Amino acid sequence: MIHRFANPARFMRLSAALLPWCAVLGALLIAAGLVFGLVLAPADYQQGDAVRIMYVHVPAAWMASFVYAVMAAASAVGLIWRHPLADIAARAAAPLGAGFTAICLITGSLWGEPMWGTWWVWDARLTSVLVLFFLYLGYIALVNAFDEPTRGARAGAILALVGIVNLPIIKFSVDWWNTLHQPASVFRLGGPTIAASMLWPLLAMALGFTVFFVTLLMVRMRTALIAAKVRALRQVASEAEARPAPRTPRGSLGSVRQ
Amino acid sequence: MTALADFLAMGGYARFVWPAYGAAALVLSWMLVDSVVAYRRRQRELELLERQRAPR
Repeated sequence: MIHRFANPARFMRLSAALLPWCAVLGALLIAAGLVFGLVLAPADYQQGDAVRIMYVHVPAAWMASFVYAVMAAASAVGLIWRHPLADIAARAAAPLGAGFTAICLITGSLWGEPMWGTWWVWDARLTSVLVLFFLYLGYIALVNAFDEPTRGARAGAILALVGIVNLPIIKFSVDWWNTLHQPASVFRLGGPTIAASMLWPLLAMALGFTVFFVTLLMVRMRTALIAAKVRALRQVASEAEARPAPRTPRGSLGSVRQ
Repeated sequence: MTALADFLAMGGYARFVWPAYGAAALVLSWMLVDSVVAYRRRQRELELLERQRAPR
């Protein structure tokens, strides 16, 4: 009992202390990213001001993959070590990852139309990110399809781990196939090929999105832990109502016979 | 005034840039509101239950 609740209790204390700082830091970084990206960064010599879409599109795309990696790692820990926080973390991450993937797809479409002349093409990069979006939705649906939370978490964890093959496909799709999407210009061998004046707003926004994600992940994990406590308290209350007799030590058969 | 108009025009790409930022703001706000509303609701439930148990 103590072992099972020690870590969640420590998490509740730690996250309560971290939350306000993370919230402020995330807001500041995103605000800085907005000012740099929309005002201070120069227009691109080819793309003009349409390049400013990059400052939300690229960080959202990084987050889409990063959150999935977090979700898959938490799923693995939950599956192997049955850590009580791991399943909760994976479950809490999924809607956030779906949100970032949606931002990536929408802003990519709005960038594609003026630059490529099309809102959508079924090329390897765009299609694999769409698959990622459906993986998130499938995970959320699967986890919620079970009455018993642990069984839902286990099924979801297996889906999350199988789906991880999609991550290298997304990353290397622009190298392996002839895509309309441009290849990587930041995380590549030989360093970034992007101008510093455009790299800084990009990194500020990416860091802002990351802190925003961590903040909401903590909020959602706290929500799940409080919900579990509420469930436990209600069960105790209903058991107490069911047998008003003086409390007997809980034997394995004693309660059944009554 | 023209500086602001220039800024809003986004070099002719206003109808792509602003919807992109708008959509991002909308989805991020949804993530924030959805998380915080659920958190507050559970917190209230727990407070209520603990208050009911306390007097006894």
